Amino acid sequence: MHHGTRRSLERVGIALTGLLAVVMIGFLALEWLQEYPYAGMLYDQFMVVGMWLDHLLGTSVFSYSFMLRSIATGVLIGIAAPLVGTYLVHREMALIGETLAHTAFAGVAIGLLFSATTEWDGSLLIAALVVGVIGALLVQFLAERTNTYGDVPIAIMLTGSFAVGTLIISYGRGGFSGVSIEDYLFGSAAVIPAEGARMVAVLTVVVVGVVALTYKQLLFITFDEQAARVARLNVTWYNTLLIVMTAVVVVGAMQILGVILVAAMLVIPVAAASEVAHGFRETLSLSILFGQASILGGFAFAISQGLPPGGSIVVVAIGIYLLALLFSSRSGTAISMH
Amino acid sequence: MSVEDSDASGRRNGRHKNIRVRDVGEATVTPIVDIQNVTFAYGETVAVRDVSLTIEEGDFLGLVGPNGSGKTTLLHLMLGLHEPDSGTIELFGQPVEEFDQGSRIGYVSQKATSRGGTMPVTVREAVTMGRFAHAGHSRLTDTDAEIVDDAMETVGITNLADRRVNQLSGGQRQRAYIARALASEADLLALDEPTVGVDAESRDAFYRLLDSLNDAGITIVLIEHDIGVVTDRADRITCINQEVYHHGDTESFVESDALEQAYGSTGQVVHHHH
Repeated sequence: MHHGTRRSLERVGIALTGLLAVVMIGFLALEWLQEYPYAGMLYDQFMVVGMWLDHLLGTSVFSYSFMLRSIATGVLIGIAAPLVGTYLVHREMALIGETLAHTAFAGVAIGLLFSATTEWDGSLLIAALVVGVIGALLVQFLAERTNTYGDVPIAIMLTGSFAVGTLIISYGRGGFSGVSIEDYLFGSAAVIPAEGARMVAVLTVVVVGVVALTYKQLLFITFDEQAARVARLNVTWYNTLLIVMTAVVVVGAMQILGVILVAAMLVIPVAAASEVAHGFRETLSLSILFGQASILGGFAFAISQGLPPGGSIVVVAIGIYLLALLFSSRSGTAISMH
Repeated sequence: MSVEDSDASGRRNGRHKNIRVRDVGEATVTPIVDIQNVTFAYGETVAVRDVSLTIEEGDFLGLVGPNGSGKTTLLHLMLGLHEPDSGTIELFGQPVEEFDQGSRIGYVSQKATSRGGTMPVTVREAVTMGRFAHAGHSRLTDTDAEIVDDAMETVGITNLADRRVNQLSGGQRQRAYIARALASEADLLALDEPTVGVDAESRDAFYRLLDSLNDAGITIVLIEHDIGVVTDRADRITCINQEVYHHGDTESFVESDALEQAYGSTGQVVHHHH
């Protein structure tokens, strides 16, 4: 009975999260297509609803498209990051996200250098994405060939790519104009460009789709890699898929959370969910719910206090984790007392 | 009855423990595992040297040897987890590196329980993994769910289905892994010291289960450190210490001095309680 109620609550939560994500993707799509007749009309309706919301809540958030864009990005990251993170955490790869964020930072620096010295004027996020994915493949390559402990190549990649990034940026000081490195380091809700948000929308849909398709395989290699190999799963391929998806999610999340805090969304909601969940499927659901709660709670706190969202989201996530810890240790003692 | 017939019907009925290559003529029935002159080293350290052996359908093979004698390495070689430095290995008649019928092998590794110690996975979820090789990317069906239920029933863990694997005792957890191997409906069960850390009572039950599975036609390869247990149960023994000291039926192994030789060659204590 109690178990059943809990499961229904989780279902409702996931359904609401899905609905919220669809609305947010809808908003981003309409913002993109607002030049076209029908889309423009719908977009205007969206903004009218935003104004009403602001009016009702006494806020000044939802009537600004740049704020909605940030929230949309956050909501989508709040789904994709814990989803991928659930596999990472239980593969003991919690810090891979941090590493790939630093690699992506080097990508931003390389992008800046490229656009300053050549005719190239593509998005810095594309540069971050490309370098992040290359970094992911490199980590994977090193991890398979190294003779040392698995976290050594991770430490080398983390510091190495950050070193390269800082060198390039110092070299180009003065030459790179109009870009605030601090926004990439610490994240920012105010400066997420429309194309950055759209990229997150596309990546989230792809990541959710890929995980839905490979749920079984990723679970098997996470739980018992050797047995998965014997069952003739292509373990190297799924490992590569997982790490590339991580790079993709990290570049998306970096915009809000910043390089330094990006690992939080991959790890903390999962840690909280793993404390209280009974099985793996429930861990996935709860990770997404906790991730979403952290994002929304963090935004609410950041906006109301005029503080940056990155730190706020992480602090809320840790709050949820501590509650989960308390809950699980209480129910733990309850079991042993019976 | 032709050789092909006996092979095909044997697989279908799963009852031909007594049909041996010798009975129907050499080289016509494909062995489950065929290892020829295999050598494997970790860097400079030779783990397995010039090993040749075959495992036939319906065998219950015990793989014994001192610690560090290359038992696990040999099992990994059979399953394609390592590539031999020289020699050839065939699984179900296919070169092991090309072997792709993952659903025909059920495997319980020595370290299988390590991740289960922390990861939030229910017993049912763990056992269901045995169906993954069958399902590929398609959804699991009701039939898969029934097979999983049956496997849990067989090893007596139905009442634990919704518990987290890390809340189980050592014996219960081991049975969950066996159930996963059973759910894969494998023709070959490969077990690497499956009863380490399991209480005596569950261990006996576990070996009775292996016996009945073997009677049903499933080929079993078992690494076991307790020589007494393995000679009681297995009908064939491979005794190795880098090289093969014995590969044949259990009676001739017990009578031979293969064990003393294998253990003696590394200078380890030759104490065995039978």
